[in-house]
Amino acid sequence: MNKSSGVAYRVPSGVTGATLAKDLRLEWRSKDALNSMLFFSLLVVVVFSFSFDPNAEESRQIAGGLVWVAFLFAAVVALNQTWARELRNHVLDAYRVSPAPANSLFLAKALGNFIFVAVLEILMTPLFIMFYKLRPLGPAWQLIPVAALGTWALVVNGTFFAAISLRTRSREIMLPLLLFPVSIPALLAMVNATTAILTGQLSARFWIVLLTTYDVVFTIACLLLFELVLNAE
Amino acid sequence: MDASPIITLIAVVKHFGRFAALRGVSAEFASGRLYTILGDNGAGKTTLLRVLAGLAHPTSGGVSILGTTELRSVCQELGYMAHPSLLYDEMSGMENLRYFGHLYGIKDDSRCAANMTAVGLDAALTRPVAQYSQGMRQRLSLARALLNDPKLLLLDEPFSNVDGGSAREMVTLLCRMRSAGKTIFVVTHQTYLLEGVADEFVRMKAGQITNRTRELRPVETR
Repeated sequence: MNKSSGVAYRVPSGVTGATLAKDLRLEWRSKDALNSMLFFSLLVVVVFSFSFDPNAEESRQIAGGLVWVAFLFAAVVALNQTWARELRNHVLDAYRVSPAPANSLFLAKALGNFIFVAVLEILMTPLFIMFYKLRPLGPAWQLIPVAALGTWALVVNGTFFAAISLRTRSREIMLPLLLFPVSIPALLAMVNATTAILTGQLSARFWIVLLTTYDVVFTIACLLLFELVLNAE
Repeated sequence: MDASPIITLIAVVKHFGRFAALRGVSAEFASGRLYTILGDNGAGKTTLLRVLAGLAHPTSGGVSILGTTELRSVCQELGYMAHPSLLYDEMSGMENLRYFGHLYGIKDDSRCAANMTAVGLDAALTRPVAQYSQGMRQRLSLARALLNDPKLLLLDEPFSNVDGGSAREMVTLLCRMRSAGKTIFVVTHQTYLLEGVADEFVRMKAGQITNRTRELRPVETR
Protein backbone atom coordinates (compact mmCIF):
# COMPACT_ATOMS: atom_id res chain seq x y z
CA MET A 1 0.00 0.00 0.00
CA ASN A 2 1.21 3.45 -0.84
CA LYS A 3 1.91 5.42 2.31
CA SER A 4 2.23 8.80 0.68
CA SER A 5 0.11 10.24 -2.16
CA GLY A 6 -3.51 10.88 -1.23
CA VAL A 7 -5.00 14.34 -0.91
CA ALA A 8 -3.10 17.36 0.43
CA TYR A 9 -3.88 17.86 4.14
CA ARG A 10 -5.06 21.40 4.73
CA VAL A 11 -5.12 22.63 8.32
CA PRO A 12 -8.05 25.02 8.73
CA SER A 13 -7.46 28.35 10.44
CA GLY A 14 -9.52 30.01 13.17
CA VAL A 15 -10.50 26.73 14.86
CA THR A 16 -9.35 27.89 18.32
CA GLY A 17 -11.45 31.05 18.07
CA ALA A 18 -14.51 29.19 16.76
CA THR A 19 -14.25 26.53 19.49
CA LEU A 20 -13.76 29.13 22.22
CA ALA A 21 -16.75 31.14 20.95
CA LYS A 22 -18.84 27.96 20.86
CA ASP A 23 -17.86 27.04 24.44
CA LEU A 24 -18.62 30.54 25.73
CA ARG A 25 -22.00 30.46 23.97
CA LEU A 26 -22.85 27.05 25.46
CA GLU A 27 -21.84 28.20 28.94
CA TRP A 28 -23.79 31.46 28.57
CA ARG A 29 -26.90 29.41 27.72
CA SER A 30 -26.54 26.66 30.33
CA LYS A 31 -24.46 28.43 33.05
CA ASP A 32 -23.64 24.91 34.30
CA ALA A 33 -20.01 25.56 35.22
CA LEU A 34 -20.32 29.14 36.52
CA ASN A 35 -23.29 28.44 38.77
CA SER A 36 -21.64 25.39 40.34
CA MET A 37 -18.32 27.19 40.85
CA LEU A 38 -19.96 30.28 42.36
CA PHE A 39 -22.11 28.28 44.72
CA PHE A 40 -19.15 26.20 45.90
CA SER A 41 -16.85 29.23 46.43
CA LEU A 42 -19.57 31.12 48.23
CA LEU A 43 -20.00 28.21 50.65
CA VAL A 44 -16.26 28.11 51.35
CA VAL A 45 -16.11 31.86 52.06
CA VAL A 46 -19.10 31.86 54.38
CA VAL A 47 -18.37 28.59 56.22
CA PHE A 48 -14.71 29.42 56.85
CA SER A 49 -15.39 32.98 57.95
CA PHE A 50 -17.88 31.72 60.58
CA SER A 51 -15.61 28.84 61.61
CA PHE A 52 -12.45 30.87 62.25
CA ASP A 53 -13.51 34.50 62.66
CA PRO A 54 -9.88 35.73 62.24
CA ASN A 55 -8.62 39.23 62.96
CA ALA A 56 -7.01 41.33 60.17
CA GLU A 57 -3.47 40.04 60.81
CA GLU A 58 -4.50 36.37 60.96
CA SER A 59 -6.53 36.86 57.78
CA ARG A 60 -3.48 38.04 55.89
CA GLN A 61 -1.62 34.89 56.98
CA ILE A 62 -4.32 32.37 55.99
CA ALA A 63 -6.18 34.11 53.14
CA GLY A 64 -3.67 33.09 50.43
CA GLY A 65 -4.16 29.41 51.16
CA LEU A 66 -7.90 29.71 51.66
CA VAL A 67 -8.54 31.66 48.44
CA TRP A 68 -6.48 29.41 46.19
CA VAL A 69 -7.75 26.14 47.66
CA ALA A 70 -11.31 27.41 47.17
CA PHE A 71 -10.57 28.36 43.54
CA LEU A 72 -8.78 25.05 42.91
CA PHE A 73 -11.75 22.98 44.11
CA ALA A 74 -14.22 25.23 42.28
CA ALA A 75 -12.16 24.99 39.07
CA VAL A 76 -12.46 21.19 39.12
CA VAL A 77 -16.22 21.61 38.69
CA ALA A 78 -15.73 23.72 35.55
CA LEU A 79 -13.05 21.42 34.20
CA ASN A 80 -15.33 18.39 34.40
CA GLN A 81 -18.15 20.30 32.70
CA THR A 82 -16.07 21.37 29.71
CA TRP A 83 -15.38 17.88 28.47
CA ALA A 84 -18.72 16.45 29.57
CA ARG A 85 -20.30 18.61 26.84
CA GLU A 86 -18.13 16.94 24.22
CA LEU A 87 -19.20 13.47 25.38
CA ARG A 88 -22.91 14.13 24.94
CA ASN A 89 -23.97 12.85 21.50
CA HIS A 90 -20.29 11.85 20.96
CA VAL A 91 -19.57 15.32 19.52
CA LEU A 92 -15.87 14.80 20.11
CA ASP A 93 -15.88 12.22 17.29
CA ALA A 94 -16.98 14.95 14.86
CA TYR A 95 -13.89 16.92 15.87
CA ARG A 96 -11.63 13.87 15.60
CA VAL A 97 -12.68 13.06 12.02
CA SER A 98 -12.14 16.67 10.93
CA PRO A 99 -8.79 18.13 9.80
CA ALA A 100 -8.84 20.57 12.74
CA PRO A 101 -5.68 20.29 14.84
CA ALA A 102 -5.90 18.73 18.31
CA ASN A 103 -3.95 21.63 19.83
CA SER A 104 -6.61 24.13 18.72
CA LEU A 105 -9.19 22.21 20.72
CA PHE A 106 -6.93 22.06 23.77
CA LEU A 107 -6.06 25.74 23.60
CA ALA A 108 -9.72 26.75 23.17
CA LYS A 109 -10.77 24.60 26.14
CA ALA A 110 -7.94 25.93 28.33
CA LEU A 111 -8.74 29.55 27.39
CA GLY A 112 -12.45 28.94 28.02
CA ASN A 113 -11.72 27.50 31.46
CA PHE A 114 -9.37 30.41 32.17
CA ILE A 115 -12.18 32.85 31.40
CA PHE A 116 -14.69 30.94 33.58
CA VAL A 117 -12.31 30.77 36.57
CA ALA A 118 -11.26 34.41 36.07
CA VAL A 119 -14.92 35.49 36.14
CA LEU A 120 -15.34 33.49 39.35
CA GLU A 121 -12.28 35.18 40.88
CA ILE A 122 -13.51 38.64 39.91
CA LEU A 123 -16.91 37.96 41.48
CA MET A 124 -15.55 36.28 44.61
CA THR A 125 -12.63 38.61 45.44
CA PRO A 126 -14.82 41.41 46.91
CA LEU A 127 -16.51 38.82 49.12
CA PHE A 128 -13.17 37.47 50.35
CA ILE A 129 -12.03 41.03 51.11
CA MET A 130 -15.26 41.77 52.95
CA PHE A 131 -15.51 38.55 54.99
CA TYR A 132 -11.81 38.40 55.91
CA LYS A 133 -11.19 42.15 56.29
CA LEU A 134 -8.27 41.95 53.83
CA ARG A 135 -6.00 44.90 53.12
CA PRO A 136 -2.69 44.09 51.44
CA LEU A 137 0.40 45.61 53.07
CA GLY A 138 2.66 44.74 50.08
CA PRO A 139 2.38 45.89 46.43
CA ALA A 140 -1.27 45.05 45.65
CA TRP A 141 -0.79 45.26 41.86
CA GLN A 142 1.31 42.07 42.06
CA LEU A 143 -1.84 40.16 42.92
CA ILE A 144 -2.91 40.58 39.26
CA PRO A 145 0.01 38.61 37.70
CA VAL A 146 -0.18 36.06 40.53
CA ALA A 147 -3.90 35.56 39.87
CA ALA A 148 -3.41 35.33 36.08
CA LEU A 149 -0.42 32.95 36.26
CA GLY A 150 -1.98 30.89 39.04
CA THR A 151 -5.29 30.54 37.22
CA TRP A 152 -3.51 29.47 34.02
CA ALA A 153 -1.49 26.90 36.02
CA LEU A 154 -4.73 25.42 37.34
CA VAL A 155 -6.64 25.35 34.06
CA VAL A 156 -3.88 24.22 31.70
CA ASN A 157 -3.19 21.06 33.71
CA GLY A 158 -6.83 20.72 34.65
CA THR A 159 -7.96 20.80 31.02
CA PHE A 160 -5.33 18.23 30.11
CA PHE A 161 -6.08 15.82 32.96
CA ALA A 162 -9.83 16.26 32.51
CA ALA A 163 -9.32 15.06 28.92
CA ILE A 164 -7.34 12.05 30.19
CA SER A 165 -10.02 11.13 32.72
CA LEU A 166 -12.74 11.68 30.10
CA ARG A 167 -13.08 8.01 29.19
CA THR A 168 -12.73 6.65 32.71
CA ARG A 169 -15.80 5.50 34.61
CA SER A 170 -15.37 7.70 37.69
CA ARG A 171 -13.91 10.79 36.05
CA GLU A 172 -15.16 13.16 38.79
CA ILE A 173 -12.84 11.36 41.22
CA MET A 174 -10.08 10.70 38.72
CA LEU A 175 -9.56 14.37 37.83
CA PRO A 176 -8.63 15.59 41.35
CA LEU A 177 -6.50 12.47 41.86
CA LEU A 178 -4.45 13.34 38.77
CA LEU A 179 -4.57 17.12 39.01
CA PHE A 180 -3.88 17.92 42.65
CA PRO A 181 -0.46 16.22 43.02
CA VAL A 182 0.79 17.88 39.80
CA SER A 183 -0.58 21.26 40.95
CA ILE A 184 1.25 21.25 44.30
CA PRO A 185 4.28 23.31 43.11
CA ALA A 186 1.98 25.85 41.47
CA LEU A 187 -0.32 25.95 44.49
CA LEU A 188 2.66 26.48 46.78
CA ALA A 189 3.85 29.37 44.60
CA MET A 190 0.37 30.94 44.42
CA VAL A 191 -0.23 30.71 48.18
CA ASN A 192 3.23 31.98 49.14
CA ALA A 193 3.12 34.83 46.61
CA THR A 194 -0.35 35.90 47.78
CA THR A 195 0.65 35.70 51.46
CA ALA A 196 3.85 37.68 50.77
CA ILE A 197 1.83 40.43 49.05
CA LEU A 198 -0.86 40.51 51.74
CA THR A 199 1.55 40.61 54.69
CA GLY A 200 4.16 42.79 52.95
CA GLN A 201 6.94 40.98 54.85
CA LEU A 202 8.69 39.24 51.93
CA SER A 203 9.05 39.73 48.18
CA ALA A 204 6.73 37.69 45.95
CA ARG A 205 9.20 37.89 43.06
CA PHE A 206 10.66 34.38 43.46
CA TRP A 207 7.23 32.79 43.57
CA ILE A 208 6.04 34.73 40.50
CA VAL A 209 9.10 33.55 38.54
CA LEU A 210 8.46 29.97 39.71
CA LEU A 211 4.82 30.24 38.65
CA THR A 212 5.81 31.60 35.22
CA THR A 213 8.29 28.75 34.70
CA TYR A 214 5.67 26.21 35.79
CA ASP A 215 3.15 27.67 33.33
CA VAL A 216 5.57 27.64 30.40
CA VAL A 217 6.75 24.06 31.05
CA PHE A 218 3.30 22.58 31.56
CA THR A 219 1.69 24.49 28.70
CA ILE A 220 4.31 23.15 26.28
CA ALA A 221 4.06 19.61 27.69
CA CYS A 222 0.25 19.62 27.45
CA LEU A 223 0.31 20.96 23.87
CA LEU A 224 2.82 18.30 22.84
CA LEU A 225 0.88 15.43 24.41
CA PHE A 226 -2.73 16.40 23.77
CA GLU A 227 -3.04 14.78 20.35
CA LEU A 228 -2.18 11.41 21.92
CA VAL A 229 -4.84 11.94 24.59
CA LEU A 230 -7.49 13.01 22.07
CA ASN A 231 -6.97 10.00 19.81
CA ALA A 232 -6.57 7.42 22.57
CA GLU A 233 -9.16 4.64 22.44
CA MET B 1 -17.37 5.94 -12.99
CA ASP B 2 -13.81 5.34 -11.82
CA ALA B 3 -13.32 1.61 -11.17
CA SER B 4 -10.08 1.95 -9.19
CA PRO B 5 -10.46 1.06 -5.49
CA ILE B 6 -10.98 4.04 -3.21
CA ILE B 7 -10.66 1.77 -0.17
CA THR B 8 -8.45 -1.27 0.33
CA LEU B 9 -8.65 -3.34 3.50
CA ILE B 10 -6.00 -5.99 4.11
CA ALA B 11 -6.64 -8.50 6.92
CA VAL B 12 -8.01 -5.83 9.26
CA VAL B 13 -8.41 -7.05 12.82
CA LYS B 14 -9.86 -4.95 15.60
CA HIS B 15 -9.95 -6.14 19.20
CA PHE B 16 -11.69 -4.48 22.13
CA GLY B 17 -10.02 -6.25 25.03
CA ARG B 18 -10.65 -9.94 24.35
CA PHE B 19 -13.53 -9.27 21.98
CA ALA B 20 -12.65 -9.33 18.28
CA ALA B 21 -14.99 -6.90 16.52
CA LEU B 22 -13.27 -7.35 13.15
CA ARG B 23 -11.57 -10.65 12.28
CA GLY B 24 -9.33 -10.28 9.28
CA VAL B 25 -11.46 -8.18 6.93
CA SER B 26 -9.96 -7.94 3.44
CA ALA B 27 -11.82 -6.14 0.67
CA GLU B 28 -11.59 -3.53 -2.05
CA PHE B 29 -14.24 -0.93 -2.77
CA ALA B 30 -14.44 1.01 -6.01
CA SER B 31 -15.13 4.73 -6.07
CA GLY B 32 -18.40 6.33 -7.17
CA ARG B 33 -20.57 3.56 -5.77
CA LEU B 34 -23.17 3.21 -3.05
CA TYR B 35 -22.49 0.28 -0.73
CA THR B 36 -24.97 -0.98 1.83
CA ILE B 37 -23.51 -2.87 4.76
CA LEU B 38 -25.85 -5.42 6.30
CA GLY B 39 -25.55 -7.66 9.30
CA ASP B 40 -26.93 -8.48 12.71
CA ASN B 41 -26.08 -6.44 15.78
CA GLY B 42 -22.47 -7.07 16.78
CA ALA B 43 -21.45 -8.12 13.26
CA GLY B 44 -18.80 -5.39 13.13
CA LYS B 45 -20.52 -2.88 10.81
CA THR B 46 -20.08 0.17 13.03
CA THR B 47 -16.50 -0.83 13.93
CA LEU B 48 -15.69 -1.12 10.22
CA LEU B 49 -17.04 2.41 9.61
CA ARG B 50 -15.09 3.75 12.61
CA VAL B 51 -11.90 2.16 11.30
CA LEU B 52 -12.52 3.76 7.90
CA ALA B 53 -13.21 7.11 9.57
CA GLY B 54 -9.93 6.88 11.49
CA LEU B 55 -11.75 6.85 14.83
CA ALA B 56 -10.65 3.31 15.68
CA HIS B 57 -7.17 2.04 14.93
CA PRO B 58 -6.91 -1.54 13.65
CA THR B 59 -5.18 -3.96 16.01
CA SER B 60 -3.51 -5.42 12.93
CA GLY B 61 -3.88 -5.23 9.17
CA GLY B 62 -3.88 -2.27 6.83
CA VAL B 63 -6.37 0.31 5.59
CA SER B 64 -5.78 2.45 2.51
CA ILE B 65 -8.15 5.26 1.54
CA LEU B 66 -7.69 7.37 -1.59
CA GLY B 67 -4.31 5.73 -2.10
CA THR B 68 -2.82 6.42 1.31
CA THR B 69 -2.55 4.62 4.63
CA GLU B 70 -2.14 7.96 6.42
CA LEU B 71 -5.87 8.37 7.06
CA ARG B 72 -5.33 11.75 8.76
CA SER B 73 -4.17 13.16 5.43
CA VAL B 74 -7.50 12.37 3.75
CA CYS B 75 -9.86 13.44 6.54
CA GLN B 76 -10.80 16.53 4.50
CA GLU B 77 -12.34 14.16 1.94
CA LEU B 78 -14.34 12.16 4.43
CA GLY B 79 -17.87 12.66 5.80
CA TYR B 80 -18.98 10.62 8.81
CA MET B 81 -22.44 10.27 10.30
CA ALA B 82 -22.58 8.13 13.44
CA HIS B 83 -25.47 6.56 15.30
CA PRO B 84 -25.35 9.37 17.91
CA SER B 85 -26.06 12.77 16.35
CA LEU B 86 -22.58 14.36 16.88
CA LEU B 87 -24.41 17.66 17.43
CA TYR B 88 -24.59 20.17 20.28
CA ASP B 89 -28.11 20.04 21.71
CA GLU B 90 -27.93 23.60 23.09
CA MET B 91 -27.24 25.22 19.70
CA SER B 92 -29.49 25.70 16.67
CA GLY B 93 -28.97 23.79 13.42
CA MET B 94 -27.22 26.69 11.71
CA GLU B 95 -25.00 27.35 14.76
CA ASN B 96 -23.96 23.70 14.73
CA LEU B 97 -23.16 23.71 11.02
CA ARG B 98 -21.33 27.04 11.30
CA TYR B 99 -19.09 25.59 14.02
CA PHE B 100 -18.42 22.30 12.25
CA GLY B 101 -17.80 24.25 9.03
CA HIS B 102 -14.97 26.08 10.81
CA LEU B 103 -13.31 22.73 11.52
CA TYR B 104 -13.01 22.28 7.74
CA GLY B 105 -12.11 25.90 7.02
CA ILE B 106 -15.64 26.66 5.76
CA LYS B 107 -16.71 30.12 6.87
CA ASP B 108 -19.49 30.59 4.35
CA ASP B 109 -22.95 30.76 5.94
CA SER B 110 -24.69 30.25 2.60
CA ARG B 111 -23.04 26.82 2.27
CA CYS B 112 -24.34 25.80 5.71
CA ALA B 113 -27.82 27.05 4.79
CA ALA B 114 -27.72 25.20 1.45
CA ASN B 115 -26.82 21.98 3.25
CA MET B 116 -29.72 22.39 5.66
CA THR B 117 -32.09 22.96 2.75
CA ALA B 118 -30.65 19.94 0.91
CA VAL B 119 -31.72 17.65 3.77
CA GLY B 120 -35.15 19.29 4.03
CA LEU B 121 -34.54 21.53 7.04
CA ASP B 122 -35.27 25.23 7.34
CA ALA B 123 -32.04 27.21 7.83
CA ALA B 124 -34.01 29.94 9.62
CA LEU B 125 -34.97 27.54 12.41
CA THR B 126 -33.63 29.14 15.61
CA ARG B 127 -34.68 26.60 18.22
CA PRO B 128 -31.96 24.45 19.75
CA VAL B 129 -31.32 20.94 18.45
CA ALA B 130 -32.55 19.55 21.80
CA GLN B 131 -36.06 20.53 20.66
CA TYR B 132 -35.75 18.82 17.26
CA SER B 133 -37.55 15.56 16.57
CA GLN B 134 -35.32 12.49 16.18
CA GLY B 135 -35.87 12.57 12.42
CA MET B 136 -34.83 16.23 12.20
CA ARG B 137 -31.67 15.45 14.17
CA GLN B 138 -30.82 12.65 11.77
CA ARG B 139 -31.24 14.98 8.82
CA LEU B 140 -29.14 17.70 10.46
CA SER B 141 -26.53 15.07 11.26
CA LEU B 142 -26.46 14.14 7.56
CA ALA B 143 -26.13 17.84 6.66
CA ARG B 144 -23.12 18.05 9.00
CA ALA B 145 -21.51 15.02 7.35
CA LEU B 146 -22.01 16.57 3.89
CA LEU B 147 -20.70 20.00 4.88
CA ASN B 148 -17.16 19.52 3.53
CA ASP B 149 -18.41 18.02 0.24
CA PRO B 150 -16.59 14.74 0.94
CA LYS B 151 -15.50 12.20 -1.67
CA LEU B 152 -16.22 9.38 0.76
CA LEU B 153 -19.34 9.32 2.92
CA LEU B 154 -19.71 6.90 5.84
CA LEU B 155 -23.25 6.74 7.21
CA ASP B 156 -24.19 4.67 10.25
CA GLU B 157 -27.94 4.09 10.49
CA PRO B 158 -28.94 7.32 8.71
CA PHE B 159 -32.61 6.31 8.40
CA SER B 160 -33.28 5.23 11.98
CA ASN B 161 -36.26 7.10 13.47
CA VAL B 162 -36.81 8.96 10.19
CA ASP B 163 -40.31 8.79 8.70
CA GLY B 164 -40.76 6.96 5.38
CA GLY B 165 -41.12 10.07 3.22
CA SER B 166 -38.05 11.79 4.69
CA ALA B 167 -36.02 8.57 4.43
CA ARG B 168 -36.85 8.32 0.73
CA GLU B 169 -35.82 11.97 0.27
CA MET B 170 -32.51 11.14 1.96
CA VAL B 171 -32.07 8.18 -0.40
CA THR B 172 -32.71 10.45 -3.39
CA LEU B 173 -30.06 12.85 -2.06
CA LEU B 174 -27.60 9.95 -1.68
CA CYS B 175 -28.34 8.86 -5.28
CA ARG B 176 -27.55 12.38 -6.50
CA MET B 177 -24.28 12.33 -4.58
CA ARG B 178 -23.37 8.94 -6.01
CA SER B 179 -24.08 10.30 -9.50
CA ALA B 180 -21.72 13.17 -8.69
CA GLY B 181 -18.94 10.62 -8.13
CA LYS B 182 -19.07 10.23 -4.34
CA THR B 183 -18.50 6.86 -2.72
CA ILE B 184 -21.10 6.12 -0.06
CA PHE B 185 -21.22 3.46 2.65
CA VAL B 186 -24.54 3.03 4.42
CA VAL B 187 -24.97 0.80 7.46
CA THR B 188 -28.69 0.16 7.84
CA HIS B 189 -31.26 -2.32 8.97
CA GLN B 190 -33.86 -0.66 6.68
CA THR B 191 -32.45 -2.40 3.61
CA TYR B 192 -35.68 -2.07 1.61
CA LEU B 193 -35.00 1.67 1.25
CA LEU B 194 -31.88 0.94 -0.78
CA GLU B 195 -33.26 -1.94 -2.88
CA GLY B 196 -32.60 -1.11 -6.52
CA VAL B 197 -30.53 1.90 -5.44
CA ALA B 198 -27.36 0.49 -3.86
CA ASP B 199 -24.67 -0.80 -6.20
CA GLU B 200 -23.66 -3.53 -3.81
CA PHE B 201 -24.87 -5.18 -0.61
CA VAL B 202 -22.03 -6.16 1.70
CA ARG B 203 -22.95 -8.70 4.37
CA MET B 204 -21.06 -8.99 7.62
CA LYS B 205 -21.19 -11.66 10.28
CA ALA B 206 -19.02 -12.13 13.38
CA GLY B 207 -16.50 -9.50 12.32
CA GLN B 208 -16.03 -10.71 8.75
CA ILE B 209 -17.40 -9.83 5.32
CA THR B 210 -19.20 -13.01 4.37
CA ASN B 211 -20.86 -12.07 1.11
CA ARG B 212 -21.16 -9.28 -1.48
CA THR B 213 -24.00 -9.17 -4.01
CA ARG B 214 -25.64 -6.67 -6.34
CA GLU B 215 -29.15 -7.69 -5.24
CA LEU B 216 -30.91 -8.10 -1.95
CA ARG B 217 -32.09 -11.54 -0.97
CA PRO B 218 -35.90 -11.86 -0.74
CA VAL B 219 -35.68 -12.31 3.03
CA GLU B 220 -33.80 -9.01 3.33
CA THR B 221 -36.33 -6.87 1.47
CA ARG B 222 -38.75 -6.70 4.39
